[in-house]
Parts: sequence; C-alpha cells; structure tokens
Amino acid sequence: MQITSIDDLQKAKGVGLAQLYPDKPKILVGMATCGLAAGAQKVYDFLSKKAQDAHWGGVVEKTGCIGFCYKEPLVDAILPGQPRVTYEQVTPEIAGALWEELAAGKIPEKQVMARIDVDDMILNGGPRKFYKGKLKGFLAKTPRYEDLDFFKLQRHIAMRNCGFIDPDNLLHYIARGGYFALYNALTAMTPDEVIAAVTTAGLRGRGGGGFPTGVKWASCRKAKGWPKYVLCNADEGDPGAYMDRSLIEGDPHSILEGMLIGAYAIGSSEGYIYVRAEYPLAVKTLQRAIFAAREAGLLGQNILGTGFSFDIKLNLGGGAFVCGESTALMASIEGKPGEPRAKYVHTVDKGLWDRPSNLNNVETWANVPVIIAKGADWYRDTGTEGSKGTKIFSLVGQVKNVGLVEVPMGVSIKDLVMEVGGGVPENREFKAIQIGGPSGGCIPKEHWGLPIDFDSLWDAGAIMGSGGMIVMDNSTCMVDVAKFFLDFLIDESCGKCIPCRLGLKRMREILEEFSAGKGSLEDLEELQSLSEAVKDGSLCALGGSAPNPVLTTLRYFRDEYEAHILQGKCPAAVCKDLITYSINPELCNGCTACVNECPQGAITGTKKEPHTLNASLCIKCGACFEVCKFGAVAVA
Amino acid sequence: MITFTINGQEVQGQDGWTILEVARWHGIDIPTLCHYEAVEPYGACRLCVVEVDDGKRSRVVISCMYPIRSGIQVKTDSPRVANVRRWIVQLLLDESPGAPKIQELAKAFRVTPSRFKKEGVEFACHLCGLCIRACQEVVGVQALTFGNRGVLKEVTAPYHQRSTDCIRCGTCLYVCPTGAMEQLFPQVSAP
Repeated sequence: MQITSIDDLQKAKGVGLAQLYPDKPKILVGMATCGLAAGAQKVYDFLSKKAQDAHWGGVVEKTGCIGFCYKEPLVDAILPGQPRVTYEQVTPEIAGALWEELAAGKIPEKQVMARIDVDDMILNGGPRKFYKGKLKGFLAKTPRYEDLDFFKLQRHIAMRNCGFIDPDNLLHYIARGGYFALYNALTAMTPDEVIAAVTTAGLRGRGGGGFPTGVKWASCRKAKGWPKYVLCNADEGDPGAYMDRSLIEGDPHSILEGMLIGAYAIGSSEGYIYVRAEYPLAVKTLQRAIFAAREAGLLGQNILGTGFSFDIKLNLGGGAFVCGESTALMASIEGKPGEPRAKYVHTVDKGLWDRPSNLNNVETWANVPVIIAKGADWYRDTGTEGSKGTKIFSLVGQVKNVGLVEVPMGVSIKDLVMEVGGGVPENREFKAIQIGGPSGGCIPKEHWGLPIDFDSLWDAGAIMGSGGMIVMDNSTCMVDVAKFFLDFLIDESCGKCIPCRLGLKRMREILEEFSAGKGSLEDLEELQSLSEAVKDGSLCALGGSAPNPVLTTLRYFRDEYEAHILQGKCPAAVCKDLITYSINPELCNGCTACVNECPQGAITGTKKEPHTLNASLCIKCGACFEVCKFGAVAVA
Repeated sequence: MITFTINGQEVQGQDGWTILEVARWHGIDIPTLCHYEAVEPYGACRLCVVEVDDGKRSRVVISCMYPIRSGIQVKTDSPRVANVRRWIVQLLLDESPGAPKIQELAKAFRVTPSRFKKEGVEFACHLCGLCIRACQEVVGVQALTFGNRGVLKEVTAPYHQRSTDCIRCGTCLYVCPTGAMEQLFPQVSAP
C-alpha cells in the first residue's frame, strides 16, 4: 500500500485498526528474543497449525515483548467484547489446553496471569476499552496488568507498542498513531520548531551520557557541511542489558519515525542504523521495517508528498563493544577499524566521513514521535526536574521479576528492586545494584532511596548508562564483581591508548592479588590512584568510565576489600583462595550425594555415617555445597 | 591570534594550533611519546595530557590534539596530570624495562619497575603507531598496519603477510621510540 498523502495515512490507519482489533478472536504470541528463548516459536507454530487445520475464524499473530521476560512465553487471547487476557509460561502442551477452550469461544482460566481492560493508545486519541459492562467469573478476580506489582510503577512511552502490535506490520504501527507525528512535523512545523519542541520536552540521550537531544540537534543543524547524517546507535553491548533489542524487536517503526523527524529537523537526507550483528532477530525486524517503509513511500523521495526525502541504511556491527562509542561507530561504518578518536571537534561538526553527524540511541529515537505528537508539555509531565520522561531498564540478576521495565525518571532504586522487581529471591538480602553496565557503578543498600535520574546517579558515582540494572545479593563478593567487569572491559578495549590497554590490565592484576588475600593497604591507595589515572587519561568513554565499578566498590565496600587484604577473608565466600569447605558432622546424615558429586574424590564416608572432606584434595568447586540438601556443607 | 594561559603565563597561538604546538613555541615542556611533527597526531600514548579549564569545567585532555581556544587556562603539571603521566610511565616501564627512551622518562618521573614488570622483555612495542603513520603519511605506502585489538593488539603487515609494498626505506626503524621495530622489521617486510 502506497502512503503518499495524509488521506493515504488515514486510510492505512483504518485498515490497521481493523487488523489490530478485528471483529473476531485473536491470539497473540510474544515472539521477541526473550519469548523465543523460552520456546515461543513452538507455541506459535502449534497454535497457527491448529487454527489453520480447524479453519478457525480468528487470527494467530506474533508480537513483541511487553516486558515480563521471566514469564515467557506469553500468550494473549482477545475475544471480541472481552478483556485481553494474558497467559504465562505457555508450553505447547498448555497451548493445547488453551486452544481447546478458545476454539469453543471460551476464555481459558489455566495459566492466566493478568487481564488488560484498556489499551491506552497514547498516540491515537486515547484509551480504547476492550469490553462493556461488568466482568463475570474468574475474570473479575484476575488482576489487571497495571495492578500487578511488576507493572504498577511502570509507564510505557517508548515501549508504547511493544506487545500490542505485530512488529512486521506497518499498518499496525500506523493504526496506533504512527507516522502522524512525522506528517505533523513535516507540514505544520519548521525544523527549528521541531528542535524547540525536543529541547523544551527535556529529552536527554538514552544511550548513557544524557546529553540534551535538542541541543545536539541544534548544533548539527547549525554545522556547516553537506551531506549531514542521522545515525541510530543500536550497538547495545552491556552485559545484562537488552532494552534496545526489545524495542527494535517490538516496535521498529518508532525508531524509523524518530529518525525521520530528526532528519527533517537537522536537514539530513541520509541515515544509518548501526546494529550489532549478534541480534539476528532485531536485524531482520529492522530490515523488514525499512523495506516496508520504503515500499509504502515513508522512506525515500518526497515523503508523504511534502518534498522531504530521507533514506536509511542498515549497518551491521562486527562484534566490538567499543563500537557503541560514537567515533568508533562512525569509523566502523566507514569501513575502518572500530577505534575511537579524540572528540575535541564534536561529531555534530565532523562525524561520519568528516561530515556533520547526529547520533542518538534507539530509545531516544523512539521517544521523539511521542514528543511531536503529544507536545513537549505533555512529555515534561513525567520525570524529575533534570530528567524528563521515562527510561527503560533491563532488570536482571538476583531479583524475582526479571524483565524489561519502563518507569518514569525519579523512581527510587528501592521501589524498582522491591516493588517492580519483587525483591531478592530465596530470602537473601539485597546488597547492591550495578547501574549502567561495566561503565556504571555499584550502588549499595544505604543509597537505595536514591531517585533514578541522570544527575543523582552521576553524583553517586554510577551512570544511567544504557539502562542495564544488575541486582546483587549478599552472596556476591564486590571484589569479584569488580574483577568481572574489568575482565569484560579488558576483553573489549580496542587497545589504542595506554591507560585503557595497560591500566585496566594492571588494575585486574592488583585485584587478583586481593582475591588471593595478598596485598596491603598501600595497594588500595595505588588501585585508587591508578583508577583515577585511567579515568582521566583514557581516550574514549570506555576507558574513561571503566574504573567506575572499582571506584564505586572501593567507595561503598571498602571494608570488604580490607577483609580480603587484612584478614584474608572473603565475606561473601566467593574468592576461592580465601574459603574452605568442611562438613558439619552434626547435620550430615550420610546420604553420599556429595561423595558422588565431588570431582576430586575429596569427600569420603559410608552411607548413613557423617562424611569427611579432605581439604588438601578440595578444589573448592562448590559442587558438594550445591548438592547437599541438609545444609551440612559449610563454607568459611 | 588566540590568547590563553599556560601555567598562568599568557601565550598566543594561531587558529588551528594545538596546545602542544603553542607550548613548544613558548618553550614550555610537555613530554610526548607518540607525537612526531612529520605525521598527524594520533592520541594513543596520553603522555602529553594537560588540564584545561574552559570556565565551565576542568578536564584532562591531550595537548597534541586539543585545539586552542581563547581564554582557556591550561595547566601542564597539575596533580591530576602528574598522576596520569606517572602511571603511564610506570605501565610502560613494566612492559619494556630496557628501552632507553622509556628509561629516560622513568628517570624524569622517578619511577622504578614494579613487581608486575615483565621478565625477559627488553624492547616491547607500545603501539604508538608512529611506524604505521610514517609509512602511510611520509613514505606513502601501506606496508604496516595494526592487527587484532585490546591486549592482543599488534603492529603487523596487512593480512599478516610480509609486505611486498615495503621499500625497505627504514623510516619505521628511525621513528620507533622503543627499538621494538628492529625486531619486528624482518617479520613485516618481504625480502
């Protein structure tokens, strides 16, 4: 379908709405990477086949991730005139049971997680209620998804379409108000007005730095040089972070529309999306989206009949973390090794091929259409003084509800972990949270009342980063955590500058001594001053922020470092050189489970007699500890 | 002309100059390792760091690439700068304790080899890239390049094949600050 005018867009919206909410039953399967990893493909195939074989009058469709990753695969059923009902952890067997009832026109009760009464459709004239009247039966008792602890504090703005549309269907995107913001910008606003709106909205770069987006756009617009490039950074590489992936897999057109609006504001006709090749589904989704937009005329020449032209090329990353850094990313697009360069001349003046280039992150772009459609004031209503809007976090680690959450800026770490995340599992205790990936910092429990926004995280020594949040409990050793992130960064350092290449290695060597119980208090000072040297001296943000995990753990968990050095103890019982395993004869009932599990033959004993562990043979693998059901294996 | 201060002393430079160029013009010493007048600056060794206060904030930058701006206050020997330099020299010295240029720097910074120093290595390549830049920019051939990345990064001939582009002019041997090129040369140049 060609969309070359506002009439076409309206028509497409009508068709899309009829597809989105047809007058017939619909089954949605969450098929982002998190769903697929949990087995959604089998569920989808099973349901599609059933529907086909039975000549069912309804539709089976795929959709993106709504955020509840640990409950995947999620299946949603929408029967006409009924609320949308979400089912959790659906295996093909469970899908079979669901199918029987759905085919008979009933709403199944098994595996039900929540119901959705209203689709808020923020960009398309407000909420759409799924049913009229009162709910009966189990549905009345089923919690609404916005009442679930996981969703209570959330507000989906960037993720507005994730889990609601088929990401490969352009019409679905248009049905929910997509590309109308672009039309508005192109026809009713000047480029300067667009920039003013983004500036007033207070949008700050979601890739980590938090630079005001409007200011960046304005400098790129002012910069001399032609052509100008509009770039999207989708090279997400932090361990434990997958916000951009999910956004692309759930709603690729929101990014394209954001880039189109940005290109109009800046005066660019060429754009690139730099996406990491390790995201095969995201790459495919983007390819399909770009193709569909081009087919429809929403990318290319004379978009929507306004005379504005813009096209996007997709560039696959070569698998280097450092290519998420702006200048390395641009070098990589140019075909050069992905190495950063000094940014004393900004990339908005001299970026890709030395031309003015504006790079924003996936999530930043996805926010842009909302600002144009709803207005800067609407957008400013959410968030804190210095950080407006929402932020997507991937909440992972030692937390019950692992998943993708989009919360207003200013929510406290405590609320995010305890309410949204459901707290730490197995009655262990929250210890710290690593915010901002390997470039971020560890924030301890004393500071968990801290509101999450760009400035307060910065003051605490962490950064917003792209939005990875790793929750750690008291079984985590902070020296070990610092080592883990350093290992990652040593591996990913490009090696160009000396502080990063050799400095990080040295920091790692010093930490290695600590976790072997060696070292002295002077070495702590050395580590501190080396960290500062690496921070000050490194070329790019990778090296510049690499010491953050060390600096923050030193700042908040100094006692733990000292315990390693002075007492030769690892309080969390993680560092192998500092712990010993033993068997408590009073608790051991002689089940021989550990005897069989021990790879070293270090544990001996006969059945129903307390076993003994020979410490000289023990390699401290912890297998006995894991296997013992009676708590008889002690670590100290 | 652009006017600013270095260590409180008022200095002037032309538009497009770097801090390092102005400093050297005025006889102010800033140590360098990967800098060479004949080739483009690269910014890898970070030895030439200085602290720049532009009125808004104070940050550590490399003087070999930072373009001068009027009114900035440059400090070439602040505590932050000294800390960065001391560590760079320490790390370099532990990598190749025998290189004369590094020993000279170590002496100037009063740095001695630490317990982490590498054994059995005299002249290690520091990947300053001078040989590669000289080969490409001065000689005009591409017989040398970087290979790999991070701690495995190396100077090598393209595709790890001894280069037939090499004209054996010896420029790379001449510019190498550590002497490592002498060992590397037979491996990168085709006979």
